[in-house]
Amino acid sequence: MNKFSIKDVNLWYNDFHALKNINMSIPANEITAFIGPSGCGKSTLIKSLNRMNDLVEGCKITGSILLDGQSIHGNIDVNALRKRVGMVFQKPNPFPMSVYDNIAYGPRTHGIRSRSKLNDIVEKSLYDAAIWDELKDRLKKSALSLSGGQQQRLCIARALSVQPDVLLMDEPTSALDPISTAKIEELVLKLKNSYTIVIVTHNMQQAVRISDNTGFFLLGEIVEYGETQQVFSIPKDKRTEDYITGRFG
Amino acid sequence: MQNFKRKKPSDIILFALTWLSIGITAAVLVLVVGYVLINGIPFIRPSLFAREFTTQNQSLFPALIGTLMIVGLSLILAVPLGVFSAIYLVEYAKRGSRFVAIVRLTTETLAGIPSIVYGLFGFIFFGVFLGWGLSLMSGSFTTSIMILPLIMRTTEESLKSVPDTYREGSFGLGAGRLRTVMRIILPAATPGILAGVILAIGRIIGETAAIIFTLGNVARMPNNLFDTGRTLSAHMYALANEGTHPGEAHATAAVLLIVVILINALSSWIARFIRKES
Amino acid sequence: MGKHSLVFYKELAAKILFILSASAAIIAVGLICVFLFMQGLPAMWDMGVIRFLTGTDWRPTWNPPAFGILPMIVGSIYVTVGAILFGVPIGIFAAVFMAKFCPAPIYKILKPAINLLAGIPSVVYGYFGMVVLVPFVRQTFGGSGNSILTASILLGMMILPTIITISESAIRAIPGEIYEGAIALGASHENASYRVVLPAAKSGVMASVILGIGRAVGETMAVRMVAGNQAVLRMPHEFLMGTRTLTANVVIELGYAYGNHRAALVATGVVLFIFVMIINALFSLLKKKEGI
Repeated sequence: MNKFSIKDVNLWYNDFHALKNINMSIPANEITAFIGPSGCGKSTLIKSLNRMNDLVEGCKITGSILLDGQSIHGNIDVNALRKRVGMVFQKPNPFPMSVYDNIAYGPRTHGIRSRSKLNDIVEKSLYDAAIWDELKDRLKKSALSLSGGQQQRLCIARALSVQPDVLLMDEPTSALDPISTAKIEELVLKLKNSYTIVIVTHNMQQAVRISDNTGFFLLGEIVEYGETQQVFSIPKDKRTEDYITGRFG
Repeated sequence: MQNFKRKKPSDIILFALTWLSIGITAAVLVLVVGYVLINGIPFIRPSLFAREFTTQNQSLFPALIGTLMIVGLSLILAVPLGVFSAIYLVEYAKRGSRFVAIVRLTTETLAGIPSIVYGLFGFIFFGVFLGWGLSLMSGSFTTSIMILPLIMRTTEESLKSVPDTYREGSFGLGAGRLRTVMRIILPAATPGILAGVILAIGRIIGETAAIIFTLGNVARMPNNLFDTGRTLSAHMYALANEGTHPGEAHATAAVLLIVVILINALSSWIARFIRKES
Repeated sequence: MGKHSLVFYKELAAKILFILSASAAIIAVGLICVFLFMQGLPAMWDMGVIRFLTGTDWRPTWNPPAFGILPMIVGSIYVTVGAILFGVPIGIFAAVFMAKFCPAPIYKILKPAINLLAGIPSVVYGYFGMVVLVPFVRQTFGGSGNSILTASILLGMMILPTIITISESAIRAIPGEIYEGAIALGASHENASYRVVLPAAKSGVMASVILGIGRAVGETMAVRMVAGNQAVLRMPHEFLMGTRTLTANVVIELGYAYGNHRAALVATGVVLFIFVMIINALFSLLKKKEGI
């Protein structure tokens, strides 16, 4: 079953043609990785899936993106879309408030006020992000006092707090050390049972380790898209082969 | 090559002028502050803070209360206006919009208008045209326009210094713009806004020319919003002009200066705090 | 769906509130211009613009009264030029000191000290001028002490922080490579700072001087307290005599002026306003060029 169907998507930042004729389907409850050199469009595409590109001035998009068969453009509630399609960013970006308030911010945004409900959500989200044991005694502490790896798992917990269907991860481990990276990868594999995950990564080993499908982007085009196993062992396109064997990028 | 270490005469002259100039600058500060404090502090007595101003006892207390009232009222008017406009400019407006260009131009204009022109405007507009006379209302409306550009600029700078990752994080959770601004951006920008507000307080306290034609310069506490009064600076001006109470004048100058020093210290302390946080 | 529309209306209401607030500055400038010009220009027109600007007699109590503000225009120019002569050289040297010569521990003290200098109220400066500078000038140079010279010295002190702060940031904005390049060619620290870095920062330094001029022209209380305030046309060599500036003219007489007299004072304010606006426009032009 497909979560996202992307058809003939073209995207411009002012005059710059950032995405060219993208067509792909993203299956539910699997991990899909986007790889490619910097500026290839992989981050642009992931940000189109929850319309974060709306925030960029001069951004124009054509084509269609369907989430569970429904268009995410046109007259829809963008905030409701972003609630369904959560996002984790490249650099951990906890808000300058306590651990508890960071997690509770999302549910409060969507109207949950009851203290006991919020307590449950905070505990469950932190638990699901595999960081409850580390933080359960520090809920009132500032989130900024946590280590980088903890901050990123906190941000994952924060994304989970509004019960999304999809989790978009934009190079979530690029700012982290190897040990924190391993913890996050382990977590992502566990989360795939309940969520559809799209991850942008610079790290090809990471794509191999965790993803089910891989898309290779170059200069705004999707060069190759298929099962990770196949893309990395018998790439169909010469450019994919050159990239994954380290000849450029 | 034997003159390897020796400086050229021109370098020595430049070096000397540099140190001389900073020496003069430091001397100006030490002279002004030192003179005012040394001559003023011995005259600071409890009677200076008596409730009533009389010809025998030139109490600065009514002026102190008048200052607090003017500061409070101006902040009530200018802080929301300034913060909201800055929010519009930074968080809502599209770059390069005509409206934004006009707002910026007029804000810069306001920042450059001399205080006597504010006094003149406040007098003919609030005082005469609106019929508010010399009153707390005229005075605080006038000073609130004066501090508006300062509040706007410092708020804009603090909003801009809030990292975009906070905005992304909040929007990414499905929060709208208003919630993002009010719950995430504004709290993060508060120390910077506060530093600006404190500078604005200093500006109001130091103001004289705009005050005497809007609030007036009568040595008593205003009884209501449409009553006249004076601020510390106006009080200082009156004492200096009359010249009949040199001791009280010295003491009032010292009190005014101490207040300004405290406000400056507070503002730079907050600025340092912000630098440490980031 | 009800929930959604509530949020939507909240967002819309907030946006409208923010736009209205942003319009406050426009409205304020509009009101200031309309009211000053409405009351000042007709008065100027009645008297004749040329006669108003070039008249050398300011006699509001005569019958008929004479309203010529040339003495005040010239007075403002004298004290401003004087302030520039005192304040600018010291200010620029001090700015180079702050940016290029100052040891870190001294900087930590001097920076807030210069900010404090900027924060001292004009009445306190004026008072200091009255009790210290006026007697000093009287004893050293003769005359009453309430003079163009005294006002110039005092204004020079008052514009120092403006010149130092803005010039310093302009000098700091010059990339370090420029200084290093000069040093690598064997230039001394003084030479590199003054002959290479300072010229590179010249439009920023000019901007600081222009802003200083704006401050000096607009300064009211301090000047009024030491300048003597005679509305008499002075010649430059009469720098030990008193003068009256545009600002002082308003502050001295507005309290008791009615009718034509008041209108003439508003017109004085309009002239001052136009002067300052021209100076500020020059400043923003230079600021844009420098990118500070």
